[in-house]
Amino acid sequence: MKQVVRVAAGQGFWGDWLEAPRRQVEGGPVDYLMLDYLAEVTMSILQKQKERDPRMGYARDFIGAIESVLPAIVDRGVRVIANAGGVNPVSCAQAVRDLAAARGAAGKVNIGVVTGDDLLPRLDDLISRGHVLANMDTGEPLTTVRDRVLSANAYIGSTPIVEALSRGAQVVVTGRSTDTALTMAPLRFEFGWAPDDWNKLAAGIVAGHIIECGAQCSGGNCLIDWRDVPDLANVGYPIVNAHPDGTFEISKHPGTGGRISVPTVTEQLVYEMGDPHAYITPDVVADFTTIQLEAVGPDRVRVFGIGGGAPTDKLKVSIAYRAGFKAVGTLVYAWPDALEKAQAADRVLRERLDRLGLRFDKIMTEFVGVSATHGPLAGQPNAELPEAQLRFGVRGESKAAVERFTRELAPLVLNGPPSVTGFAGGRPKVEEIVAYWPALIDKTEVQTAVEVIA
Amino acid sequence: MKVRLVDIAHARSGDKGDTANVGVIALRRDWYPILARELTERRVAQHFNGVITGAVKRYELPNLGALNFLLHGALDGGGTLSLKTDAQGKVFSTALLRMVLDVPDAEARSLGLPAA
Repeated sequence: MKQVVRVAAGQGFWGDWLEAPRRQVEGGPVDYLMLDYLAEVTMSILQKQKERDPRMGYARDFIGAIESVLPAIVDRGVRVIANAGGVNPVSCAQAVRDLAAARGAAGKVNIGVVTGDDLLPRLDDLISRGHVLANMDTGEPLTTVRDRVLSANAYIGSTPIVEALSRGAQVVVTGRSTDTALTMAPLRFEFGWAPDDWNKLAAGIVAGHIIECGAQCSGGNCLIDWRDVPDLANVGYPIVNAHPDGTFEISKHPGTGGRISVPTVTEQLVYEMGDPHAYITPDVVADFTTIQLEAVGPDRVRVFGIGGGAPTDKLKVSIAYRAGFKAVGTLVYAWPDALEKAQAADRVLRERLDRLGLRFDKIMTEFVGVSATHGPLAGQPNAELPEAQLRFGVRGESKAAVERFTRELAPLVLNGPPSVTGFAGGRPKVEEIVAYWPALIDKTEVQTAVEVIA
Repeated sequence: MKVRLVDIAHARSGDKGDTANVGVIALRRDWYPILARELTERRVAQHFNGVITGAVKRYELPNLGALNFLLHGALDGGGTLSLKTDAQGKVFSTALLRMVLDVPDAEARSLGLPAA
């Protein structure tokens, strides 16, 4: 058995640094490249794309990433695990196969495809058999919004990825796998951890959580001593150096920028944290209050002591549904009296919308540069403020009303308070809102499947 | 003695639906008990009065010298529904660090806490 397995993170979300995957496989030795593409609302965007074209519905960036690391896969045996499949993992895998063929590697790359997370075709059947799919935040049953549902995917764990690896897959493509499963799976596969070895599985989850947001644990978005984080232009993405006993070190390639220290790793550990005693995943419930961190070298942190327990008999389901329309627009007001002018413009705008009889579920005004991020906590602004941005948003069921609002902003430039600029971007864009509906489903209702193609 | 939280802790925040989470981490491990004592759910809820619409829940992570706060009703519905600039709660971290704590002088001196 290997005594160390190196899993490198190359994407923290869909839209992350395009350079990162290649830098991770070329910057030093790694065994696995882990790419996380899916956020809560990504699935619904992909579902819309699939409706327009049945061959789409996956993270297209992934194909470019594979192209940039293909030599490492073919010549050095680096394996890639990604949840880039979105709502169409099969088409995603075929696109990888076609790319390999076009680059002279036809038949040289085994691609594992994990399916079974997509519940959309079965939704009515599930509801008719008594699965309420209640919203975990509000308790409402899914029937409330059933006719507006765009996508429904169960968060699946590491087991099918482990199977794909054991069947020789060099690239594993999944749909809505949990972010952490992408890191956990190669550790289970390499070290043969038993499916009820809770402490080791919990360690795999913690390793996954630390690197799933890419550089956010290696100096990116890092508040502590932020001025002194070296060379962010050349930031190194994190690598898990895992051992069979469930301990691991976080590192990055030599010569890269950023920083890995106990504080930078701690900031990532608390990111998006709920109850730290129970970080629930399909494989295990990890206890984040057991995690121990120790600096063991430059840009190297050892993680150990992790405990966990048996998982629940449910899987979380990510459901996306149409929830009306919104638009947000901005105008910038200059000194003198910048904030006062922006506030006056806000009053004028509200009165005009009211006179038009437009009804919205929500109208929100923010003053960027004054209080948009911290609200009243920001205190009284400087009277000599050089400028203030009025940021005005509306949300409602009526697309027509939201559209009408977008025509009311620009006129303020000529018929509202003075010293106004910053409208060159044109009218605000009307966006359809696709909202997130978290629910739970019995594990027994979700059967995953693995296929390996070459 | 008045002590600014931003001088003794760092923080990161994120979102889960309409809830923002803020992890607050002591800059020195021996300062963690100050955070644990002073940053009660009640005080943090007072701090965010008018900013969030729901309750505050606190969890302790002495192993990391950190506290985790869940701020419910913080994000105008959260995710794609939200009209807020900070729809994903990314900067609630520094909003919490605006707190100023009152620490007894002798204790503050013995722990080397920087005065506000």
